[in-house]
Amino acid sequence: MNFARRTFIKGAGAAGTVAVAAAAGLLKPSEVLAAEWNKAAFDAKGMPDALKAIGASAAADSKDILIKAPDIAENGAVVPVEVTSKIAGTTGIVMMVEKNANPMVADFELSNGADGYVSTRIKMGQTSNVRVVVKAGGKTYSAVKEVKVTIGGCGG
Amino acid sequence: MAEPMKIRATMAGDTADVKVLMNHPMETGQRKDAKTGKLIPAHFIQTVTAQVNGKSVLEAQWSQAVSKNPFLGFKVKGAKAGDKVTVSWSDNMGEKNSADATVG
Repeated sequence: MNFARRTFIKGAGAAGTVAVAAAAGLLKPSEVLAAEWNKAAFDAKGMPDALKAIGASAAADSKDILIKAPDIAENGAVVPVEVTSKIAGTTGIVMMVEKNANPMVADFELSNGADGYVSTRIKMGQTSNVRVVVKAGGKTYSAVKEVKVTIGGCGG
Repeated sequence: MAEPMKIRATMAGDTADVKVLMNHPMETGQRKDAKTGKLIPAHFIQTVTAQVNGKSVLEAQWSQAVSKNPFLGFKVKGAKAGDKVTVSWSDNMGEKNSADATVG
């Protein structure tokens, strides 16, 4: 599942130094890229690629993920989305908009007592499902909510 | 340089409720300048981190699809009044900003 990270290294420009350091065993790949922006996931077009890039292709549907978002959003540029995960041991929440050109919107990693909750505002190009993927205990779960958009917020 | 951001942290039971408002254009790179007709380059926050008393509680990666002047809300269990919450972001042009608040 780390192919995405490999691609990222290749494209990152600093490939030479990173590869040498990794080969010498100085740095584990996971440490090198722990806080790096997941370019492969954010550049992915279409849901299957995006889900694959975050390792959530096999996410199981869950009713313990609550997505609070408007049924109808008048302005697609500002759609408030609030996610609450009741799954014990939630360590990550990912927000995606299925019909955006790049579905991946935001990836939150939680630790040290942070609740399975995040709230933010996102852009939607058109009426679409908002998909939330929750990572807990090495597994992935997901849920969707449809938001109807009257004015798109991506082209502006 | 980057404009100041607003951050507020309040206790609700045993959980600290943190709300952050950042000032950022969050340009998608798909919009055109109305006068010149040229594309406005993408300019958006890529990473956001939050710490309570120096311990990381949230690490976020964002795309262009987070709204302009982003809002972020999160909750931290076990935090106490007086704890220091720090939120920092950095964008694709290398700009950074950080703000902190005391849980009250």
